[in-house]
Amino acid sequence: MTAREEVLARIRTALGGTAAPGSDAVPRGYRTRGELDGTVLLDLLAERLRDYGCTVRRAAPGQVMTAVGEALAQRGARRVVVPPGLDLAGLPAGVDATVDDGLSPAALDAVDGVITGAAVAVAETGTIVLDGSPGQGRRALSLVPDYHVCIVRAEQVVALVPEALARLDPGRPLTWISGPSATSDIELDRVQGVHGPRTLEVILVAPEPRQ
Amino acid sequence: MTTFLGIPTAPRGVGHLRGDEPFPVAARKALANTQLRRNLGKATTTIRAKRAAVVAELPDWEELRAAGQAIKAHTMRHLDHYLTELETQVTARGGTVHWARDAIEANRIVTGLVRGAGAAEVVKVKSIVTDEIGLNDALAEVGIRAYETDLAELIVQLGKDRPSHILVPAIHRNRAEIRDIFLREMGDVDPGLTDTPAALTEAARLHLRRAFLSARVGISGANFAIAETGTLCVVESEGNGRMCLTLPETLITVMGIEKVIPAWRDLDVFLQLLPRSSTGERMNPYTSMWTGVTPGDGPQAFHLVLLDNGRTAALADETGRQALHCIRCSACLNVCPVYERTGGHAYGSVYPGPIGAVLSPQLTGVEDNASLPYASSLCGACYDACPVKIDIPSLLVHLRARHVEEAGRAHRVPSPEAITMAAAAWVMASPSRWAAAQGAGRLGRVLGRGGRIRRLPWPLSAWTAARDAPQPPAQTFRQWWRAERGDRT
Repeated sequence: MTAREEVLARIRTALGGTAAPGSDAVPRGYRTRGELDGTVLLDLLAERLRDYGCTVRRAAPGQVMTAVGEALAQRGARRVVVPPGLDLAGLPAGVDATVDDGLSPAALDAVDGVITGAAVAVAETGTIVLDGSPGQGRRALSLVPDYHVCIVRAEQVVALVPEALARLDPGRPLTWISGPSATSDIELDRVQGVHGPRTLEVILVAPEPRQ
Repeated sequence: MTTFLGIPTAPRGVGHLRGDEPFPVAARKALANTQLRRNLGKATTTIRAKRAAVVAELPDWEELRAAGQAIKAHTMRHLDHYLTELETQVTARGGTVHWARDAIEANRIVTGLVRGAGAAEVVKVKSIVTDEIGLNDALAEVGIRAYETDLAELIVQLGKDRPSHILVPAIHRNRAEIRDIFLREMGDVDPGLTDTPAALTEAARLHLRRAFLSARVGISGANFAIAETGTLCVVESEGNGRMCLTLPETLITVMGIEKVIPAWRDLDVFLQLLPRSSTGERMNPYTSMWTGVTPGDGPQAFHLVLLDNGRTAALADETGRQALHCIRCSACLNVCPVYERTGGHAYGSVYPGPIGAVLSPQLTGVEDNASLPYASSLCGACYDACPVKIDIPSLLVHLRARHVEEAGRAHRVPSPEAITMAAAAWVMASPSRWAAAQGAGRLGRVLGRGGRIRRLPWPLSAWTAARDAPQPPAQTFRQWWRAERGDRT
């Protein structure tokens, strides 16, 4: 008997047989739709992101790359990598942006930062999800550089985790990001920034940015 | 060894499910370690408060718990179905699925795959299941170096030590000890390293960076595997998981068969329950999900190893089965008055605390971890904290009963308990024998002081080793009744 056959046989013995699952009869009384929308929803996302130690900037749709340029200038980041498909119109001239075409991990490690878009953001948990679509890039891109600027558009923001899952395609490689990498492994003292980007900056794009 | 229905438990001599000594002996040593007790007290208190705060934020926490419990119970009832569905989906997306009856077979599969990839070192993201099967030892035997990349696991590995907590495995070490370990073991570390957590974390980052960027094989566990889509899910904080899951050419994931969940929408529940119960965060910094192989993104070879190692034996116990619902959040450890004082090492298994006390004995057979079901005061705090509502106190009682029954069947000579109970039954069956015994019991007053007896002679010393016995009263109830009421009724 192969290991597969044996493990499955043990399971059937343990259960006293096998039965095709009908309805799972799971009580799903939890919330699947948030009550917030508009500015309140974006404010909640911004608050939760800041709580993790992210910097959040607001920008109007036409001003996205201007805001990105400001963030890069403040950080002193000049050489950045960007995924194919990211609209760079308006990026200040001084920024040296390389479009990723399969750069090696060492090459990614050598740039000052990375700019990506996002697929979905969850306000209640302060989470941004990247799914590898154009403008977001492969997973290594938002991982190896030490500084990540992430552009999130208002229409991508949902209130709750179940709403985000409903919008996502499980077949794509997904990275859920809730603040910069962190550890509390030494005496439970929180240290921000371990192996992932130590600084996460979010550009929140909405039609009427608040001043 | 076999248990219910002849289903084998986890084999002896491999992995880390059994301690070298029974819990009471190990606990006594742990209690004498004041540094350990201080660290544990601080850690458990801090995480308890954080957890309580973020759980209170959700108006539907109890609904999420009820759903989590129901999903897990449903999955266990149809485990064969969901595992084969998972296998089909993973395979369809370019992954390879392997089945392992036990630790020995899983280690053989993984070492074979690493060798096949031509790698002499692997990077590992924290995975309790690979510690359960002793994978690092198996890799070392064939000359493969395993880098533990979670900060706490790195501290444990470099310190040639054992993890003591599911979530923060190096909680028994303080910053000065960690600095000493790094200076001694890292080789490439700045001799001027200070002991601030930030400096120590930076040292670990630099130490592991080269390993990450050059790794050809990554090894992980899995928090969830979705049968419907073939998607694997790993939650973490540091980014070491993303490194291991993304940069190597080959990824090997080892998961216990109980980690499968039926559907994508079941993540609605678990992605809310797990982070809040575990680290006390609204969401952990990073969660990675992948399905098979994605061309041009991440590892181009993916192997999934499905491990039994005693899980089907636990499944065969209809009451004990719910220990398999555990999502490894460690909330039960942080609320447990016993764990808070003894720490994880005393449990002898990679699964410590209340959940370990009900899971380890089922994986190994109760006989091999017989003291663990007793390592609890049955206060019930673990049940309240459990995000999937595992009734740990009832399981502990159930396993105590199983232990007594199985030990009774295994031994022809009756146990001291059995003799004592038989003697008590004989005494209590006759009013005159009972009265005489009570009178004799009053002699025990000479042993007591202030209403308590601290030490009884053998064999009753077994009772007073860990508890006081009450001093017998000066007169029995019958004597008091006669004195107060005479013959009136």
